[in-house]
Amino acid sequence: MNIALLLEMAAEAAPDRTALVCDGKRWTYAELLAAARGAFEMIQESGVSHVALLDESSEAAVIALFGAALAGVPYCPLNYRLADPDLAALLGRIAPALVIGDEERVLRLAGDGDHTVYAREEFTAKAQELVPGDEEREYDPGADGIAVQLFTSGTTAAPKAAILRHSNLLGYILGTVEFAAADEADAALVVVPPYHIAGISALMSSIYAQRRIVMLPSFSPEAWLKLVGEEKISNAFVVPTMLTRIVGTIEKGEPCDVSSLRQISYGGGKMPLEVIQKALAMFPATGFTNAYGLTETSSTIALLGPDDHRAALASDDPRVRARLTSLGQPIPTVEIEIRGEDGRPVPPGEPGEIYVRGEQVSGEYKEKSALDAEGWFPTRDAGFMDEDGYLFLSGRADDVIVRGGENMSPGEIEDVLLTHPAIADACACAIPSVEWGEAVGIAVVTREGHQPPSEAELKALIKDRLRSSRVPDKVAFVRELPYNEMGKLLRRKVKEILA
Amino acid sequence: MKPGTRLKSAACDTEVMVIRCADGEIQCGGAPMGEAKPAEAAPLSADFSGGTLMGKRYVDADGKYELLCVKPGKGSLAVDGVALVTKDAKPLPASD
Repeated sequence: MNIALLLEMAAEAAPDRTALVCDGKRWTYAELLAAARGAFEMIQESGVSHVALLDESSEAAVIALFGAALAGVPYCPLNYRLADPDLAALLGRIAPALVIGDEERVLRLAGDGDHTVYAREEFTAKAQELVPGDEEREYDPGADGIAVQLFTSGTTAAPKAAILRHSNLLGYILGTVEFAAADEADAALVVVPPYHIAGISALMSSIYAQRRIVMLPSFSPEAWLKLVGEEKISNAFVVPTMLTRIVGTIEKGEPCDVSSLRQISYGGGKMPLEVIQKALAMFPATGFTNAYGLTETSSTIALLGPDDHRAALASDDPRVRARLTSLGQPIPTVEIEIRGEDGRPVPPGEPGEIYVRGEQVSGEYKEKSALDAEGWFPTRDAGFMDEDGYLFLSGRADDVIVRGGENMSPGEIEDVLLTHPAIADACACAIPSVEWGEAVGIAVVTREGHQPPSEAELKALIKDRLRSSRVPDKVAFVRELPYNEMGKLLRRKVKEILA
Repeated sequence: MKPGTRLKSAACDTEVMVIRCADGEIQCGGAPMGEAKPAEAAPLSADFSGGTLMGKRYVDADGKYELLCVKPGKGSLAVDGVALVTKDAKPLPASD
């Protein structure tokens, strides 16, 4: 089993069809496969242990991903937004590597450190020039070979090296994507960075479905809308902050033609209810899909599909309406369970930790596997499943506030705060308390054009809607909350503000 | 045989990748499939000439076998003489 099969099949079935558009340059499936075979030769010759990408999205990401797979070497895209010392540590952990991208930075941080370094253009040019290798020498990793190694964002500790095997990724793609299902006119706009699992799965899914990939290496709502119109984009994946900005830009009257957009999927963080409601109204003919997944699960494990979105929006039943904030239902190829503190499954509606099992679930780090004896992966995400099997996320299990032995999820407090007309954004987290061990602290952002509400007013709101134990001991008014580039709220930084 | 093994038809151009298998004989066009193509092609059996489709997954009734067609051909797939059928899964919305 080798993920290179995905590109080989696409190139076999439709060699001359456009596979990828980036910076105005177009690549066919046959051209990408030939370049991946050239990259395989380069990787073999260099004798490296990893292939790393330190660069924005481009054709080099596809060529490196499949070239590394053919050579049997893990592909390890790195976050170019990391600070120098953090990036230097990661470069040390993957040496000797073939690194594609920011040559100057690699040399500055790692010296020659046994790495083989190529600038993007140099890498793709050489991969294209090389006579494709003999197919028979290509690597057969069996079920156990490592295809991708991704460093986690390391919000709580040093980044962990998550491992995805060929069998995990192929299990995901073959289980969720129909081969060559896309029409020739279809195009997917890929805007997530290459070091994110969604950036990797987007490449594999689109290639296997034979849906043309259009890359936007650096996001701005204006550039996104322009490309949607120019390339007649049919499918797009965005993180919540991107959708928020796209909706805001259209509201301001940016001229655009989004008539080709049949599907918008989103994930990677919590989508504000207000934004998805606006987007559904703004794109009435577009199907929206909320996808929930983790690096360790090869991407999506649950989704809320287009019909569920429209049904929830149109419903008077509060139970059905609430689904607009849910993660939807598990995909057919995985099992999901909610387990309580004693490690046993809890009944519907009861909160606990989300566990998942399936072929696509690696649950494994270079240091050790997190799977239990029966193959279940503890996601460290807290949530519950309703009577109809819809999954709701309340936050990271590690973010739960434990006040005097009572567990409370930051999400329920934040949801109440966001109902206040003058509150634009809110974060609740644990603060140290001599009396309770932990207590609730909140940081809130006042909505433009409103006066900040008083502390007493916010405390009363929470007391009335929840209960007195949820009332914050500390309230901070901030200009904005700290998010990373994927729209993930950095609670650790909020804790620093409240400390 | 293990998952990931590529098998070639002796009777046509079909190639499959094994996703799941047991101990039975995997056949195409009425002839056993192998990792290498035989020097002499086997005749295509009229009973197993429905053809294979690229990218389709073929399964048996018990769920013991699953083959992914990676190259199409004129023969059709079977295990120990029992024809396999295509696996029809409800398509999921694109999520990434």
